[in-house]
Amino acid sequence: MFKTPDGREIFVLDSHVHYWDASPENQTNVQGRQFIDCFYAYHTNLSPEDQLWEKAKFEKYSEEDIYRDLFVDGPDDMAIVQSTYLKEFYNNGFSSIERSTSMAERHPERFIVNGSFDPRDGEKALEYIHYMKETFDIKGVKMYTAEWNGDSKGWALNDPAAYKCFELCEKLGIKNVHVHKGPTIRPLSKDAFDVHDVDHAATDFVNLNWIIEHCGLPRLDDFCWIATQETNVYAGLAVAMPFIHSRPRYFGEVMAELLWWVGEDKLLFGSDYAIWTPQWLVEQFWDYQIPEDISAERGGVQLTDEVKEKILGLNAAKLYDIDVAQKRAQLAGVPVQIAAE
Amino acid sequence: MLVANLMAELEMDVWNRLDAVTDPELDEPITDMGFVERVEVTDAKMVRVEFRLPTYWCSPNFAFLMAFGIRQEVMSLPWVVEATVQLNDHCFNDQVNDGVNSGRSYHDIFAENCDGADLDEVVMKFLAKAFDRRQETVLLGLQGLGLAPADIVSMTLGTLRQIPFRGEEELRQLPRYLELLASQGLAKNSGDLAFPTWDGKPLETGNLSDHLARLRSTRINMEFNGALCRGLAKTRYKEVEIGPDGPTLVDFIAGHVPPREETTANS
Repeated sequence: MFKTPDGREIFVLDSHVHYWDASPENQTNVQGRQFIDCFYAYHTNLSPEDQLWEKAKFEKYSEEDIYRDLFVDGPDDMAIVQSTYLKEFYNNGFSSIERSTSMAERHPERFIVNGSFDPRDGEKALEYIHYMKETFDIKGVKMYTAEWNGDSKGWALNDPAAYKCFELCEKLGIKNVHVHKGPTIRPLSKDAFDVHDVDHAATDFVNLNWIIEHCGLPRLDDFCWIATQETNVYAGLAVAMPFIHSRPRYFGEVMAELLWWVGEDKLLFGSDYAIWTPQWLVEQFWDYQIPEDISAERGGVQLTDEVKEKILGLNAAKLYDIDVAQKRAQLAGVPVQIAAE
Repeated sequence: MLVANLMAELEMDVWNRLDAVTDPELDEPITDMGFVERVEVTDAKMVRVEFRLPTYWCSPNFAFLMAFGIRQEVMSLPWVVEATVQLNDHCFNDQVNDGVNSGRSYHDIFAENCDGADLDEVVMKFLAKAFDRRQETVLLGLQGLGLAPADIVSMTLGTLRQIPFRGEEELRQLPRYLELLASQGLAKNSGDLAFPTWDGKPLETGNLSDHLARLRSTRINMEFNGALCRGLAKTRYKEVEIGPDGPTLVDFIAGHVPPREETTANS
C-alpha cells in the first residue's frame, strides 16, 4: 500500500508485471538476445539513474527480487503477472504461466497470474485455453499480436481464429484481455502499430474487458477515439508512466488526453516490472499535477487524489472482482516480510 | 594530404545530403537522430553508408524507406557513381540490404513485401502526420505572437513569410512547413491561404481550437516515438555498472559501434 504524505493509505494494484527468464541459457537465437536488449534499453533510457540494474540481474531476477521490489520496497498491494511466450525466441518461453505460478504460490494473496495463447495455433489454442482455465483458473490473458509464429510475423485481434478463442474465453469466464501492440513486421504496407482491430473485437465481444497496454501509444489518437466509442475498452499505463520522470510535461499531455477521452474510471496503473519498479513511479505519480495550461486545453481535467486512487488500484480491482476492503483486511494479516536468506 | 582533404570534403557532401532523409514516422532527419553511423568514400566516386536504428525491432517498412531514401540522396550527388547502403543489427536487415542494393526498382521490392498491396498509402498517412506537426508549430508560434484566430485562418503565404518568428522550433519548422505546402500543391502563390488542412480545405475562425487539438494529438504520438527513439538510440549497446557512487551507464562493446567519422574538411 502507498502511504500519502498526509497519512492516507492507498490501495495499489499493479496491473502489468512480468516474471521473466531472458537469460542467455534460455535464449534460442539472436532474436531472444535482441528482445531483452530492447527491454534493457527501455530500462536504462527511462529510469532514474539510482534505479538502474545490471544486465545479468535484468535478464533473470529471483523470486525474492520481485517480492521485495513490488511489495517490500515498492508500494504494491497486489500485482497481475502477465505471461508472454515468444516461443521462437526463448526455449522455455519468456515468462511462462507455469514459472510465474510457481513463484506466485509463495504469496498467493498478492498475485494474479494471467495466461496467454496464440490463435494461430488453431484447435491447439482452444485446448490450451481449457488447460489454463482448469489448471490455473485464470481470470485474464495477455495477447501479444506481434509474436512470430513460423512464417507469420503477427496477427490481428479480429482474425477469425482469434474470434474462436475469444468466444471460448467468454464462455469460460476469462473476461480480461490485455492487449500489447508490438511492431508489426510484415506486410510492409501495414501501419505497424495500428489499433483498429481493437475496435472490431471490443464491439463483437462486449462481455470481455479490453485493456490496451501502453494506452495504444504511439497511436494514442486512434486509441482514444476507439475507447470513447466502446465502454469495455481500458487503457493500461505501462510504458507511459516512466515519462513522468524523464519528460513530465509530456506525461501531462498524455494524461490530459486520456482523462478527457477515456475517463478516470478506465485507466489502469502498471509498472511494467522489471523494466521499471513501482516505488519511484507511484511516488512521483502521487506528487504529480497536470500543468495548468495543458489541463485548460482539455476542459480542466486534473489528477486529483480521488482520480489517482482509482488509477492506482480501484479500477483494476473492479475488473478482477477484488473487494478492496476485504483484501486490505486479508493483507493486514500477512504483512510483507523478507525471508531469511 | 590533398587526397585526405578531398575525401573529407566529399564525405561532408554526403552527410549534408543525408540531412534530407527523414524517419517517416518521426519526421526528423536521420542524421539528427544519430541513425547514420558511417560514411565512407573510396576513389572519389564510390560511397558506402551504414545506418542503425534504435532497436532490432523498429518497423521494417520505415527501415526500407530510409534505406531507399539514403540511396536516392547519395546518388543525386553529381560525382557519385556507386552507392552501397547497409542497415546493421535489424530483424529485417538482410531483406533491406539485398533490396536496396539490388539495383531493382523501389516498387518491385515493396510489391514483394506488401502482399501485393501498395506502400504509398502508409507513406501518405505519415506525410499527413508530418504536415500536421509542422503546421502546429507554426500556428502555436503565431498564437504566441498574439495574433487573433481570424487573422491566423485568413493569413496568406506572403504574410506568413514576413512573420518575424524568434523561437528555435518555429524557425526550424517554418521552412519545412513551406516546403511541404509547395510540394503537395497546397499553397504556392503569395496570395494563397497559408493554413489549409491536409485535405486542402480552408480553416474557419470558429474551428481553429478544434483543429489545434487534433494537431496536438498527432504530435503527442510523434513525440512518444521521437523521445523513445532518441533515448533508445543513445542507450543501445550500453550497460549499467554499479560502482561505489551507484549505477552508471557505460558502453559495453568498445569498438562494436563504429564512431561517427570526423567529417570536417580541415581534419
